[in-house]
Amino acid sequence: MKLWATIQKDLKILFRDKVGLMLMFGMPVVLVIVVTSIQNNTFDLLNKTKVSLLVCNKDTGALSIQFVEAVNNVGMFKLVEIPSDEKEEKFKEDIRSNNAVLGIIIPANFSRQVASKAKTIAGKALNSFGLEGDVAKVNLGNLSSLTLYYNPVVQQSFKASVLGGLSSALQMVESRQVLKNLYFSINEKTMPDSLGNDMLNNKLSITEVPMSKSGDITVLNATQHNVPAWTIFAMFFVVMSLAGSIVREKLSGSFIRLKTLPTHYLVAILSKQITYLAVTLLQAVVIFALGIWLFPRIGLPALSLPHDRLGLLVVTLTCGWCAVSYALCVGIFAQTQEQANGFGAVSIVILSILGGVMVPSFIMPDSFKTIMAISPLHWCLQAFYALFLEGGKLKDIMTNILSLLAITLILLLVAFAGLKRKNLI
Amino acid sequence: MSYPAVDIKNVNFAYDGQSTQLFNNLNLSIDTGERFGLFGPNGAGKTTLMSLMTGLLHGWDGDIKLLGNTIKTKSKSINKLFGYVPQDLSLYEELTPVENLAFFGAWAGLTKKETKERTEELLKILHLKDAQNKIVGKLSGGMKRKVNLAIGVIHKPGILFLDEPTVGVDVQARRDIINYLLKLNKSGTTLIYTSHQLSEAEGFCRQIALMDKGKIIANDRLENLLEQHQQGGLEGLFLSLTGNNYANA
Repeated sequence: MKLWATIQKDLKILFRDKVGLMLMFGMPVVLVIVVTSIQNNTFDLLNKTKVSLLVCNKDTGALSIQFVEAVNNVGMFKLVEIPSDEKEEKFKEDIRSNNAVLGIIIPANFSRQVASKAKTIAGKALNSFGLEGDVAKVNLGNLSSLTLYYNPVVQQSFKASVLGGLSSALQMVESRQVLKNLYFSINEKTMPDSLGNDMLNNKLSITEVPMSKSGDITVLNATQHNVPAWTIFAMFFVVMSLAGSIVREKLSGSFIRLKTLPTHYLVAILSKQITYLAVTLLQAVVIFALGIWLFPRIGLPALSLPHDRLGLLVVTLTCGWCAVSYALCVGIFAQTQEQANGFGAVSIVILSILGGVMVPSFIMPDSFKTIMAISPLHWCLQAFYALFLEGGKLKDIMTNILSLLAITLILLLVAFAGLKRKNLI
Repeated sequence: MSYPAVDIKNVNFAYDGQSTQLFNNLNLSIDTGERFGLFGPNGAGKTTLMSLMTGLLHGWDGDIKLLGNTIKTKSKSINKLFGYVPQDLSLYEELTPVENLAFFGAWAGLTKKETKERTEELLKILHLKDAQNKIVGKLSGGMKRKVNLAIGVIHKPGILFLDEPTVGVDVQARRDIINYLLKLNKSGTTLIYTSHQLSEAEGFCRQIALMDKGKIIANDRLENLLEQHQQGGLEGLFLSLTGNNYANA
C-alpha cells in the first residue's frame, strides 16, 4: 500500500514534469537519430556518395589522361577539371573557401616521369631475368610528386581513404606502363590494350565476413551500432531527472514531513528505483521501436533486434537498474539541484567516453582499457554489442551482467551509507 | 494511566561543531489535550526544540516522551502519535490536494478507505472542495497552508506540532485554520504551537512557555503569567521577559 502509493506519487510527478520527460525521452531520441544519420552519411560518403575533386592537369601527355581516368574509375570522386592555364592561387583559393574540399595538381612532367620510371623498373626486371634491359635512366628517389590540396575540415580518416584511392589510380597507370615496357622489350611490339586490362583489372575480390558468435551473418550498419549505444546513454541520463527529484525532495519541506511519518524513507528510495527502472525500460522500448519502424521511413537502416530476447531483456533490466542506482547515489550526495544536474550530466558524458559509447573502445590506448572497466556503460555496451552485433546469447554476456550487478551493488551500498551519514534514514 | 502529551527531562543538545550547548538540562511537560504556545525571539531554540520532539534531530542526551513513549527508541511507530505542520510548505506542489492526501495518508499508515474518508472530511472542513483537483503549486498561499495543515492531521494524531501554521495567509483562511484547530483540540488533540503572531496566539493558547537563549524562562497558563508580570497582553509580557529582542524577530 505504502510502496504503491509512493510509486503512484512518483509517476504523477514524473509525467507532469515536461522538461524532465524531454530530457529522458525527447533528447535521446533526437540524439540517436542525429548521430545515426551522421554516421550513416559518413558511411554513404565513403561508399556511395562521390566527393568533388578538383583536377588541374598541367601535363599534356597520355599518361596523365590515363591517370585522370583511373582516378575516375576509383569511384569515390566526382572530377571537376580545371583548365591548366588557371592560376594555381585561384585553384588553392577554391579549396580554402570550401568550393571543393579536395584538389590535385598533376605536374607538367607527369607523363614523362611515369614513363621514365616504368622504363627503368622494366629494365631492372629484365636484367634480373638475365635479359638486356635499359636501366639507370631515372633516379627513382628524385621523382616530383602529385600534390593533393585539402581543406582542413577534411578528417584524417577520410583523407586516408582519398590518398588510398589516388595511390591505387597511380599504381594502375605505373603498372600498365611497366607492363607495356616489358611486353615491348620481349616481343618488340606494342602490348594489346585487352591484355593490359586483363592483367590489371581482374583482381581477386575481397569478401567481408563479420564473425558473429551465433555464426549468422549480421548486417552491420550505423543503426546497429548507434541504437544500443545511445540507448545506454539515455538510460544513464535519467540521472538528470532522478537525482534532481531526490535533491528537490530533500530541499523542500516534503522531506521533513516524510521523516516525521511512520514510514521508513527506504520505501521512497525503493519507489524511485522501481519507477525509474520502468522509465529506463520504456526508454529502451521507445528507442528500439524507433530503430525498427521509424528509421527505414527516414532513410536510415532498420534496427535488427537480437534473436535472444531473454538476453536482451536481462541486459536492459541490468543496465537500467545500474543507471538508476548511479542516479540515486548522485541525488543522495548532491546538496543542490545545480550540483546534481552539473555533476550528473558531466559524469555521464565522461563515463560514456570511457565506456566506448562515444569513442570506440578498441582504439583506446591500453592504459584506458583498464580504466574503462570502472565505467558501467562499458559493461552495458559490451553486453548490448554482443547481442546486437555479434549474435551472442545470454550465456555469452554473463561476465558483463555480473560486472554490472557488482557495480550496482557497490553504488547501492554507497547510497545507503550516504543516507545514513546524512541522517536521511 | 494518563501520560503528559510531552515530557522532556534533562535534555542537553548542541549542534555539530558548536562548543556551547543550546539546551542544558532542559525540562518541560505539556499536558494531554492542552493548547500550548512556545514563543521566543529568533534563535531562542523553539524550532530546534520542536525538531527534537518530532525526532528530526538526533544526538541529544536526556529523555523525551510523547504520550508516555520515549522517542529515543527511534521506532517509526512513535510517529503515528503526532502530526507535524512545519512552517515551510511540506507537500508536493506538482500534485493536487487529493493526491497529496492520498500519498501522505498511506505514509501515515491509513488504509485506502480510511484515507479517502478522511480526505473528504478534511476537504469539506477546510473549505478545499473547489480546489481538490487543482495542482497545489497553482493554488493561493492560503489554500496551500490549508492543504499543509490537512496533511498534518490526516491520521488524527494525538499531538499536533504547528510551526507558524497561519503565516502569510488572508483573514478568511486564518479563520478556517484556527477554527479547525480549536475543533481538533476539543476532540482531544494536544496542540503545540509556535508563532510570531502574538495576537493570534493570545486568543488561541491556554498554556504558554517563553524561551530565550535555549532556556525556558516562563511556563504557565497565560492568565497567570499576565497577572504575575502585570501585563495586559502577550506582546507586553514577551517584551518584559525577553527585552526588546522580539522587535527584531
